[in-house]
Amino acid sequence: MNLDIFLQQVPDGDGAWWQMLASGLQWTLLVALCAWIMAFVLGSLVGVARTTETRWLTRCGNAYVELFRNIPLIVQFFLWYFVVPGLFPAVKVWVTTLDPTHHQVVTAIVCLGFFTSARIAEQVRSGIQSLARGQRNAAYAVGLTPLQAYRHVLLPMAYRLIIPPLTSEVMNLIKNTAVAYSIGLTELFFRTREMGEMTFRYFEAFAAATLVYVVIALTANRLMAWIERRVAVPGYIGGSR
Amino acid sequence: MIVIDNISKWYGSFQVLNNCSTRVSKGEVVVVCGPSGSGKSTLIKCVNGLEPFTRGDITVDGVSVGARETNLPQLRARIGMVFQNFELFPHLSVMENLTLAQIRVLGRTPEAALAKGGALLERVGLTAHAQKFPGQLSGGQQQRVAIARALAMDPIAMLFDEPTSALDPEMINEVLDVMVDLARDGMTMMVVTHEMGFARKVAHRVVFMDGGEIVEDAAKEEFFATPRSERARQFLSKILSH
Amino acid sequence: MGDLDFEVIGRVLPYLAAGLQYTIQLTLVAAAGGVVFGTLLAMARLSAWRPLALAAAGYVNLMRSIPLLLVIFWFYFLMPVLLQSLTGAERPPQIGAERSAYITFILFEAAYFCEIMRAGIQSIAKGQAGAGYALGLNYWQVMRLIVLPQALRNMLPVLLTQAIILFQDVSLVSLLNVTDFVGAAVKVAQRDSRVVEMYLFVAVVYFVLCYSLSAAVKQLQRRIAIVR
Repeated sequence: MNLDIFLQQVPDGDGAWWQMLASGLQWTLLVALCAWIMAFVLGSLVGVARTTETRWLTRCGNAYVELFRNIPLIVQFFLWYFVVPGLFPAVKVWVTTLDPTHHQVVTAIVCLGFFTSARIAEQVRSGIQSLARGQRNAAYAVGLTPLQAYRHVLLPMAYRLIIPPLTSEVMNLIKNTAVAYSIGLTELFFRTREMGEMTFRYFEAFAAATLVYVVIALTANRLMAWIERRVAVPGYIGGSR
Repeated sequence: MIVIDNISKWYGSFQVLNNCSTRVSKGEVVVVCGPSGSGKSTLIKCVNGLEPFTRGDITVDGVSVGARETNLPQLRARIGMVFQNFELFPHLSVMENLTLAQIRVLGRTPEAALAKGGALLERVGLTAHAQKFPGQLSGGQQQRVAIARALAMDPIAMLFDEPTSALDPEMINEVLDVMVDLARDGMTMMVVTHEMGFARKVAHRVVFMDGGEIVEDAAKEEFFATPRSERARQFLSKILSH
Repeated sequence: MGDLDFEVIGRVLPYLAAGLQYTIQLTLVAAAGGVVFGTLLAMARLSAWRPLALAAAGYVNLMRSIPLLLVIFWFYFLMPVLLQSLTGAERPPQIGAERSAYITFILFEAAYFCEIMRAGIQSIAKGQAGAGYALGLNYWQVMRLIVLPQALRNMLPVLLTQAIILFQDVSLVSLLNVTDFVGAAVKVAQRDSRVVEMYLFVAVVYFVLCYSLSAAVKQLQRRIAIVR
């Protein structure tokens, strides 16, 4: 194994290989961050909808989750990238005005956003449902409207309860950005493969990528553990009564 | 004040409440007792609309609980409820538990809410614990805070759903003392409980339920001295013998 | 919407079916192999011998930290080289992507099945194993006859759910040009320019299959719960 391959210049002259990989990493992190924000907001809304007492809301929420859970991620990427513009002329027109890279980035964020939101919705729902029924009753008994009850009583505790599974979702999201390779986005995995193909030093390239993903995973883990400690409620052992 | 009129409730095909009727007048303390599964918890939860009912109606201070137009959150703000499992909000401090609804529902200023909360904490003897979290308090302390939380809304009536059933024996009295005080101050109270000592002390009337029905509804002395039904007699003998 | 031609699906159905068959085969083999290897890994993680426990934990954590795509490509490029050094051959043996995928998925999914089985084994009360030892059974017997049968039964719904996830994950091999169900659709889409029809069809088929399988697992879960 020879590490100076990373310092070698890329044939097109855009910099050294390590810089290529770094630029790939930037796209990975950018897509992951934007997708996470979208997924968290959407997922919370859908998760809450599934715990309300309104039948049609629950049904819509369930349908939403089932839709995104039962289709493989790569197929969802193809749906957003090819099928949606193919079916809706307005979208196709808009897409052609975009820079190809921007098209890929937007597709990746939207696709991963919806995909991950379904999983977050599942976590939020189970978090709220694991709270004792009495909490909801107590909130209503003191005169809070359902909206206020969710905002001040149910969600604050539910979010704390689901920090561990949310940590897994963050890690899954980062790993799933690699699938954007399928639509040509030059994120980290794409660059790794490219480096392997052009220098034939697959081992070094993949080893570097592996190391980067592991470090990201560890960092995400540490960050979530820190958040969990910061928001811990004094005296609360965890779990419902 | 509280009028329960022919309430029936089914869970699917299972009937939980069967034509229950009774009333609680202003300033009255009514104790609801009965074996477990008799529907007493369900009935009291119907009074503030936490449980929907299938037939009949309940009115509180003239407002119908079952009517579609009724603004339930507003009505509930005027009725205080204390739960068997205390149900304090674990992520908020004791003081925040007391002020949350005052600010969000009644629209009081934070200062007014804090003042009220402080006064009530003093009344239940827990001023020192204002900044603690529910998880750091004992059961008896939590329940007293729960009572204060309900009182902070200046309710016209208080509902108690087995307030001492989840407490260790040595803490039951501290909670009952607060409730006795409340009763003596003239609060309208409907209390589901097994604590017959409390009933004897401050109740005006006793309602006995069994199998989803109100079997007896009598003035306190009458109920204890000469229970009319066999079931009530059996229940009393079991409860009072220990 | 006008110029969509769904007839093309009918024409290439046999080709797609062959792809689906590969997908199912790969799923079944990887699930079976993954559960076996995963169970061994779980036992290793729970073992009293620290080096083994740490090695197993390291393996599992590594597999769970990196993207599946990376693992697939690792094995695709690495395996020939590995086999070459193992067998001392002159040049790396040609292992098609189709075949390296089997090994890849068994090894990858084993990490996930390991965590499931580990939870399952730990949920069997220590008393059960204790009773076995008290009767004179050795470790492997206790595992094989007492702990694992119960753990497997308890975790069956979760294992099946993971298998359904595996079924979807397999689609990534299409990026290695393998003709699984998605790969077949990609090839047809590119050849006949019927991108929309093909991908919609694939999405619908996956949805119907996965939804039905998940519903079946939920039913199973209800049955098992009662019997216990």
